Amino acid sequence: MTSRSINVTSAHATLPDPWLGEIAPTLTDTENILAWVELDLDTRLQFSQGLVVVTNQRILARTMAEKTWDSWIFHAGLTLVHHDHAGVGTLELRDAQARLAGWRYTLGRNVAALRVIAAFERQLDSQVSGQPVEGDAVAVCPNCKTALEPGQDECALCAREAHVPPSTWTLFRLWRFAKPYRNQLLAGFLLTLASTAATLVPPYLTMPLMDNVLIPYQNGAHIDVHLVALYLAGLFGSALLAWGLGWARTYILARVSERIGADLRTTTYEHLMQLSLEYFGGKRTGDLMARIGSETDRICVFLSLHLLDFATDILMIIMTTAILVSINPWLALVTLLPLPFIAWMIHVVRDRLRTGFEKIDRVWSEVTNILADTIPGIRVVKAFAQERREAARFREANRHNLIVNDRINRIWSLFSPTVTLLTEVGLLVVWAFGIWQVSTNQITVGVLTAFLAYISRFYTRLDGMSRIVSVTQKAAAGAKRIFDILDHVSSVPEPTKPVHLEQVAGSIELQDVGFRYGNRSVIRGVNLAIAPGEMIGLVGHSGSGKSTLVNLICRFYDVTEGSIRLEGVDIRSLPVAEFRRNIGLVLQEPFLFFGTIAENIAYGKQDASRDQIIAAARAAHAHEFILRLPQGYDSLVGERGHGLSGGERQRISIARALLIDPRILILDEATSSVDTETEKEIQKALDNLVLGRTTIAIAHRLSTLRRADRLVVMDRGQIVEVGKHEDLMAREGAYYRLYQAQARNVDTDLDDVDVDNAIVLSDGLAKS
Amino acid sequence: MVNFKINRNPFDQLVLIASDGKVHENVVPVRAFPIAAPQEGIALLSADGHELAWVEHLSDLPGDARALVEEELASREFVPEIRRLRHVSSFATPTTWEVETDRGDTSFVLKGEDDIRRLGASSLLIADSHGIQFLIRDLNALDKASRKLLDRFL
Ligand SMILES: Nc1ncnc2c1ncn2[C@@H]1O[C@H](COP(=O)(O)OP(=O)(O)OP(=O)(O)O)[C@@H](O)[C@H]1O
Ligand SMILES: [Mg+2]
Repeated sequence: MTSRSINVTSAHATLPDPWLGEIAPTLTDTENILAWVELDLDTRLQFSQGLVVVTNQRILARTMAEKTWDSWIFHAGLTLVHHDHAGVGTLELRDAQARLAGWRYTLGRNVAALRVIAAFERQLDSQVSGQPVEGDAVAVCPNCKTALEPGQDECALCAREAHVPPSTWTLFRLWRFAKPYRNQLLAGFLLTLASTAATLVPPYLTMPLMDNVLIPYQNGAHIDVHLVALYLAGLFGSALLAWGLGWARTYILARVSERIGADLRTTTYEHLMQLSLEYFGGKRTGDLMARIGSETDRICVFLSLHLLDFATDILMIIMTTAILVSINPWLALVTLLPLPFIAWMIHVVRDRLRTGFEKIDRVWSEVTNILADTIPGIRVVKAFAQERREAARFREANRHNLIVNDRINRIWSLFSPTVTLLTEVGLLVVWAFGIWQVSTNQITVGVLTAFLAYISRFYTRLDGMSRIVSVTQKAAAGAKRIFDILDHVSSVPEPTKPVHLEQVAGSIELQDVGFRYGNRSVIRGVNLAIAPGEMIGLVGHSGSGKSTLVNLICRFYDVTEGSIRLEGVDIRSLPVAEFRRNIGLVLQEPFLFFGTIAENIAYGKQDASRDQIIAAARAAHAHEFILRLPQGYDSLVGERGHGLSGGERQRISIARALLIDPRILILDEATSSVDTETEKEIQKALDNLVLGRTTIAIAHRLSTLRRADRLVVMDRGQIVEVGKHEDLMAREGAYYRLYQAQARNVDTDLDDVDVDNAIVLSDGLAKS
Repeated sequence: MVNFKINRNPFDQLVLIASDGKVHENVVPVRAFPIAAPQEGIALLSADGHELAWVEHLSDLPGDARALVEEELASREFVPEIRRLRHVSSFATPTTWEVETDRGDTSFVLKGEDDIRRLGASSLLIADSHGIQFLIRDLNALDKASRKLLDRFL
């Protein structure tokens, strides 16, 4: 901390406004503000404003409510510490005898608080030692301690994602997916235009048919067969045309929309795969499945059927209106009378429908969630005889689904008949008005029939449009949930300026690493430098943060504080996939995908040859048991490796990690579920493979780690001891206690202990 | 009833003196069921997280010890209870909520709908982007406008 410093030159200028005015009078001429944190809580944890400031002479603090500043001049023995719990940070100022003051803040202010502590410590050091504060030459990020670029205030690596809500016009955002198909879409649109126009021809022809043929006939004139044939041919021709155009249009648009739907689905899935474990930790499988499965499908149906209908409807209405107005404006006006009412109703109902459909989607996800929960967990359900309870839970979720659906159907079921009623009334008005106009000779009977023919089409369209309201809102709700996924920025982001490592030797350096799951601090102040090719044994009680540390090294999560470097480069500036290629990981819970054993072993290296697969399986001591299976390497393993024992699964996942020949091998309890005999065999194999690779091995059975160059003992998220087995035993600390406890427990396995001691002995000899 | 003593040291930490005279500094009280049964089941943990004492019910503690424990609990627990939703910046997440809580007015960022968890029939626990938990103890006790806003997220 002392050798580096923080860029504070700009600090004074940016102290927020009300505070700057408040603090100025209290400061002496030679005093500069170096760092500050704005508090948002008081000591009783009520939300209120406050400020803690470090100057080059003292530390000052005040809350918004108080009028005077508390201050403490730097002197030896003063310490400023911070800790946090449940999302609330605490800064405490102490001297040797007592606590002098405490301040609270929510974790959003943590970086500022760290900055305050850093500034405080540097000033205190210089005050106490009499040395001037070391120059501000290198600005470092208070969070991860990497040097900042000149003129940069915020560390690019630590800058948090911005919280921008996505646009609410989600359906329009689908355009992004429609864009590649814009030519087909345009063609579809033109076809729609043409086919709609074609369907409008027949009613138009009824007009001359009535006025030039039927009415004159009624008045005693002869029927002009020629004319009739012409009109009928016109009717038939337009019907044929409409049919052809309609077919082309539907085909093209259905194709396009299916493709848009598929793109949407794959894009969402691809994006989902990029998201960090943190995202998956907070989501439920069923919900994600529902979103990607059924909701993309719904959007696709919307695009292919309803949007099309909608476009046709709108066109139809516009064209009809134009025709009607051209024939007789007054009658047209009367015809259009119900339109404003319908528009108003749509407006009223739309919002309710959309929120209702969003609700239905969520409830639907709940139903899928239960399935995704219980089907994989069926063994537990059966073991505890909870089938009834799970069935009841499912029934309850379905009931909830019904309730929500019922509520929306109430609104919905009213809507459609109301539109029908309005249109019927409209028809009535047109009849009445039309008859009056015919009686006053303003229009002919033909015009009235044509109007009525148009109107019935027009009104069925309106009816259809009312239906579109519901599907549009459904699709909008679905689109919103899809974009929820698409808008999520991975919390393990790809670097903006990626660094490419040519050669990875495998040196890993952890610097002041701290990590939180949400507000729970799990790893604190971990410093560790691992040399290339070194084997580290990570031990500690259950829950001490071993797997978490490994997760951080694999970059499944990003550190909350400090940094992890590979070959001296922060792993956050390496492209994620490129970085992970260097890591072979065997997880605590081995996971096998549905497929053959060979496919599972080759998961990390699709182009592996059969020889390579077998070599890896041999090395992992999986070869023999695989051969005993009826189909050997071609045996299908079910979901999650159903049909294999825990130890067998572990050995396959070891083979999988070995196959990619990684520079860094991470074994998280890789051999915890195999018997001691097999473990020893795997161990022997691993011993060869570990040579020349950086290895981090976690094991509860300490004997597994006999070959480790160094053992790292963790306790409650911190490293408590580092050293070789015999050194740690000699120290009689945490490791010694762990070892003793285990030696006592495995007294049946005397042989094991003996071997262990022998190895340790020979190791010791080799060293000396 | 209880066979230990509690007091506070100058560092503002709780000190527990066990019946055998052993002194534990920096003792931390925690509730076993902070939401379901806050008054029952209080554990006193040592600084390294081991259970030193178990109190069935807060009222089992003698007055001064109870006051100390409650004070310490109050300074550790931070689950503001939302009384009213004043404004939400959007119905799509992430969204900023302005709320009135029992600890004063504040605003926070909700990252996703999944950060709203149901607890029982009518309580909700809402985690903000920094992991602070906000509680809505009784949905039905909220005013109508708040409920309407909230309903959009449930
Ligand atoms: N996804 C998570 N969200 C919140 N807390 C977590 C999560 N994963 C682990 N933890 C917590 O972090 C701590 C460390 O867990 P971790 O899995 O690293 O322990 P471990 O040392 O690997 O234990 P074990 O030996 O049992 O595997 C535990 O207290 C655990 O409850
Ligand atoms: Mg683990």
